[in-house]
Amino acid sequence: MACETYAQDNPALHDAVVLSQASVAFGRPGAEVQALQTTDLRIPEGEFLALVGPSGCGKSTILKLASGLLRPSSGAVIVGGREVAAKALRIGMAFQNPTLLPWLTIEKNVMLPLKIVRPFRQDFRAKRRGEYRDRVHALLDDVGLSKFANHYPWQLSGGMLQRANLCRALIHEPSLLLLDEPFGALDQFTREELWGTMQDLWLKRRPTVILVTHDLKEAGFLGTRICVMSARPGRVIDDSPVDFPRPRTVAMTFEPEFVALNQRLRERIIAARSETLQGAEA
Amino acid sequence: MNYVLRRRIWAAGLIVAFFAIWEVLCLALGISDLIVPRPSQVFATLVERFPVLIPHIFQTLWTTMIGFGLGVVVGVAIGALIGTSRTAYDTCYPLLIGFSSIPKVAVVPIFVLWFGAGPVPAVLTALAMCFFPIVVNIATGLATTEPELEDVLKSLGASKMDLLLNVGLPRTMPFFFASLKIAATFAFVGTVLAETVASNKGIGNVMMSASSNFDVPLVFAGLFILAFLGVALYVLFSLIEGRVLGWANRRTDLAAS
Repeated sequence: MACETYAQDNPALHDAVVLSQASVAFGRPGAEVQALQTTDLRIPEGEFLALVGPSGCGKSTILKLASGLLRPSSGAVIVGGREVAAKALRIGMAFQNPTLLPWLTIEKNVMLPLKIVRPFRQDFRAKRRGEYRDRVHALLDDVGLSKFANHYPWQLSGGMLQRANLCRALIHEPSLLLLDEPFGALDQFTREELWGTMQDLWLKRRPTVILVTHDLKEAGFLGTRICVMSARPGRVIDDSPVDFPRPRTVAMTFEPEFVALNQRLRERIIAARSETLQGAEA
Repeated sequence: MNYVLRRRIWAAGLIVAFFAIWEVLCLALGISDLIVPRPSQVFATLVERFPVLIPHIFQTLWTTMIGFGLGVVVGVAIGALIGTSRTAYDTCYPLLIGFSSIPKVAVVPIFVLWFGAGPVPAVLTALAMCFFPIVVNIATGLATTEPELEDVLKSLGASKMDLLLNVGLPRTMPFFFASLKIAATFAFVGTVLAETVASNKGIGNVMMSASSNFDVPLVFAGLFILAFLGVALYVLFSLIEGRVLGWANRRTDLAAS
């Protein structure tokens, strides 16, 4: 299968996430809505997978499967070698809406996962609070927010909030990071800046990332691999590695090779979209 | 700050004007103090009878506070239950609305039947009056938590309790304080209601016996005391709210300081 070739070419890598014949349907039996067609997808450890496709195609559904928040209707989802159950995992998540808590400072917001995730929460109250604070500050420093640790969310701009949101998703050093259009609501320049920040964070820590986006440039800039999904009910219709050298720059996105990749993916998505439009009319 | 000061002066001015117009109207229209006493008469009565009124004031105050305190505990507990569980919401709401629709005057005789005349019916009536707005506000605050945030925390392995303590309850605080202000005044209404029906102590009782003696200025003095206590409690909660909820009132206060 097309989507397995990349992983097979890199036998040294373990799989962080495996969707094995997984499908998702919502609704009552008999009147189900198929959200995700039977899908096989292997995401090796340390990979940065960008999922693109028309809206409503089940990209977010794959994220929810990987997070354990959603069970597949059939098939299996294996994360970190085990079938998923949300409780047992160490996952970081970030959405388009930063959802920072307005009554906490940025520092305390970023610290929140340490209060909840299991290996950390026992130590949280007692001895390691100072140590955790240092860790938060180091991370905030990486994204250029160290001066804002004691500010409240409403004092920060949208781009800064999203940086803090990324920090909150990474503070407990998750092995799997799930991003659902985290840069979608930002202006072009802020977005490009954050791509750079995200790339640095990833190069430094190397978590496995699944990024859902509708921005092909973003997918090409950040991803080690791009999967294109068809319109609902979704399935993976294109699976390509992206091997531009790192660290990548925004200037690079204007080079012919990058543009060609962009163009090819664009056509796949447009084709996928028109399929459903015709399907809807028929 | 200047703006705040001006607002306060206006508010105080309105109160003074209210009493002044009342006084003038009573004098101009020659209204008997058996029907509407003049504010000056009421204040005179208040000062004169104050030593006698003090125990009654305390009686009303502590029964109200106990009823209110219990109401907060019950209200928060039920609100938290209903707000976090869809099933509990669907199951409990009809019963709660039914209960809150009952006029509390009708319940007082039942409490008296069970516990005899005295402070217990007053406490229970205050509780019954004040817990419902707290339930509704807590439940609403909890039910409107952003689903994305819940997903983020659930994927970290957060339990329902973690969600409630770290997100649900703090974000419910503005709703909670709004409901406290309503609930505190309701609690007074409940206490006085019970005192007028069955008690031998408390402001409600004083007003009841004063009106049967046609001591109308004393009845009004009772009203003034209740109004004052209500305002005092409201101010108290506003002050606490300002301390706890700086983050929710940022535009007016924090930005300036």
